[in-house]
Amino acid sequence: VCIHRVRSCSSIRFIKSKYVCVFDKSALKFSHQQRLFRTSAVSCGQIVQFKLSDIGEGITEVTVKEWYIKEGDSVSQFDSICEVQSDKASVTITSRYDGVIRKLHYSIDDIAFVGKPLVDIEIDASKGVASEEDVVETPPMSHDEHTHQEIKGHKTLATPAVRRLAMENNIKLSEVVGTGKDNRILKEDILNYLAKQTGAILPPSPKAEIIPPLPKSETVPAAPKDKARKIPIPVSRPIVFSGKDKTEPVTGFQKAMVKTMSAALKIPHFGYCDEIDLTQLVQLREELKPVAEIRGVKLSFMPFFIKAASLGLLQYPILNASLDENCQNVTYKASHNIGVAMDTGQGLIVPNVKNVQVCSVFDIASELNRLQSLGSAGQLGTSDLTGGTFTLSNIGTIGGTYAKPVILPPEVAIGALGKIQVLPRFNGKGEVYKAQIMNVSWSADHRIIDGATMARFSNLWKSYLENPASMLLDLK
Amino acid sequence: MVLQPSLKNCLGLSCVLRTPKAGFRSTAGGALVIQSVSNDVYQNLAVEDWIHDHMDLEKRQVLFLWRNLPAVVIGRHQNPWQECNLRLLRQKNIKLARRRSGGGTVYHDLGNINLTFFTSKKKYERMENLKLVVKALKALRPQFDVHVTDRYDILLDRHYKISGTAAKLGRTSAYHHCTLLCNADKFVLSSVLKSPYKGLKSNATPSVPASVKNLFEEDPSLTSEMLLDAIVKEYAMQHQTDHHITLINPADETLLPGINNKTKELQTWEWVYGKTPKFSISTCLNMAYKGSVLDVKVNMDVKHGRIEVCNIDLPEQWLPPALYSKLVKSLTGSKFCPNEITALVTTLLRVCPQDDELHSRWNLLCENMIMLM
Repeated sequence: VCIHRVRSCSSIRFIKSKYVCVFDKSALKFSHQQRLFRTSAVSCGQIVQFKLSDIGEGITEVTVKEWYIKEGDSVSQFDSICEVQSDKASVTITSRYDGVIRKLHYSIDDIAFVGKPLVDIEIDASKGVASEEDVVETPPMSHDEHTHQEIKGHKTLATPAVRRLAMENNIKLSEVVGTGKDNRILKEDILNYLAKQTGAILPPSPKAEIIPPLPKSETVPAAPKDKARKIPIPVSRPIVFSGKDKTEPVTGFQKAMVKTMSAALKIPHFGYCDEIDLTQLVQLREELKPVAEIRGVKLSFMPFFIKAASLGLLQYPILNASLDENCQNVTYKASHNIGVAMDTGQGLIVPNVKNVQVCSVFDIASELNRLQSLGSAGQLGTSDLTGGTFTLSNIGTIGGTYAKPVILPPEVAIGALGKIQVLPRFNGKGEVYKAQIMNVSWSADHRIIDGATMARFSNLWKSYLENPASMLLDLK
Repeated sequence: MVLQPSLKNCLGLSCVLRTPKAGFRSTAGGALVIQSVSNDVYQNLAVEDWIHDHMDLEKRQVLFLWRNLPAVVIGRHQNPWQECNLRLLRQKNIKLARRRSGGGTVYHDLGNINLTFFTSKKKYERMENLKLVVKALKALRPQFDVHVTDRYDILLDRHYKISGTAAKLGRTSAYHHCTLLCNADKFVLSSVLKSPYKGLKSNATPSVPASVKNLFEEDPSLTSEMLLDAIVKEYAMQHQTDHHITLINPADETLLPGINNKTKELQTWEWVYGKTPKFSISTCLNMAYKGSVLDVKVNMDVKHGRIEVCNIDLPEQWLPPALYSKLVKSLTGSKFCPNEITALVTTLLRVCPQDDELHSRWNLLCENMIMLM
């Protein structure tokens, strides 16, 4: 549905003759203020029945499939009114007039007849309906439709689109020189007028004109060159911004997220952050990557992070627990179903790797591959997305260092991993070396988890990753 | 057949056009033949939109040739759930597109040629276009028994459909496009065009199924190039124009300003699924639970691709009433999309009582509901 500014009804000094409206300057000022209103009591236009025109191929009837407007909407000439279908052909019917839709003669799926009224449009009789080009099957237009605005005794011919452009830039049509047929004012004339005012050449609207690339420059596209010449110099006139706020209802998955996050924030969170030196892990992964590839699996860092977390959870099982609604009981979950936050087209979803406690790093990598490809194809199943007990969010792949992750109920802890950065650090001998540093930010439920537990878990997890060989000792 | 690598070569500086509807100009006569270098269904449909919206077809006509990687294309007013096996499409990674013209559903792959005839509204004439194609086929292989039906299909041997037609008319211009089966995968075609969804009631345009055959089955010595060449030759002759094919790249924003936005719009969920006319589903879920089978009646109204009304007839207390109500409230207004609903129901489960029995019932019900989509 197009929402158009309703133009002034010019009812200030409306002489009830059919086609002459006389303005003076004061009336124009007034009419700008009144621009947005149209009181229903004052119906200064007449109702015209817009008939369904000939479609060709001898077709006499069509089915109405979709309305683009509803009763009460304003339309401009050439706006789409509805879509009809006849025998495999879909036809877009456009308006011949500017005005307000007063009546739709058909509902969806009704049969509409060629030559019979389709919609009733109330035309504002003071406006001109000079058409830009010949409408193929125009019936003879009535007197009322060939109205021209008379401003200071001059006839100004201009299409509605041109009039709108003039109005939006506060230009009086009477002051513009028309270069079209019968001194018709064209869009170029408005632009030239503006250019003279501001001393700049405004870029023409991209829709109307196609500027083919200059044949000389084969490699460089014409666009940047043109842009350089056409940077508009700030105009002294107020710039009209016609953007509108857009309100949509919160539905579906978004609605579910609202519920979940509201519940999550009821959990008293505390945070704990640390820095991990992944220099050795980076090296190890480089060595193992080709081995995994031979077996058909893409190996990232996540499988190591996940396995190390599971080893840590074996020592601190309270982090893999769940608190019931009334905070009466804590359930220690036997399975480590570690969730991995994924950013998809829909937003944040968290599939989990089941039973990490009995999986090898390779098993985890393989499962992650499966979940990632399903995730990007939008085909994750309910079992992939439920049953999680602990979550890791690798936000670092997008960016960031430290974060403040929100626990996903019914879990009690979550870790956010920042990006890996190469930073200078001191080694045991006091020398500076290139270290691969990643930050981790944990959040935990302070009702059942205390800072010391979180810190010790984090230290253990950190030690496994900083010295991957130590993982071998505790691997189950 | 002369191929011009880009349109740039046939435009001179004098062609900086200022009229709102611009047209490509070439040194040849009143008709232009263009071929897409892309096999992306959305990009190619966007080219049709672009030509329809921006080219001045009063002075010249255009023939557009294009082929797509596997895709199902539904008509403007059709219901994808009614027309094809969406589950299979997703599994096989076959794209789904909704075109702007009317008509029925077709399956495209590289073994199918698409032809679009662009004219002014006055010169819109589908029969003539199809007769041109038949003439070209007969010129290439005189022994072929091909003819045009009054439903604008082209039949081979009086029985097998080798081409289907659809059209779009605007304010001043129109286009008529048709398919031509050369060497398409008939097995995939028949399996994807069979809908598994039961209980759908809708006023959307239904497709008329037909037996199909590939031209290459009739004569294995044929190639797509030969067919395209024959058609272009016939077109060029009838329009008194040069036998040139200009290649165009549907991603070229400089040549076709605004084309990328058109391509994006054609891929949005709102266009592909959201434009489905209102429909209702009345069906029965057969859920196997703990040794017995539950018959659960489901009634849903779907408007603009979203669930407007949802009723699930569960046995009493099978789910706690509060939970059932939460589920129905969340489904209402949501997209009728398995991905969206899966994410929705699994997220909702986080704030439900943590009871294994409850969770397994919830998951069972939701999985069955998702199968309807």
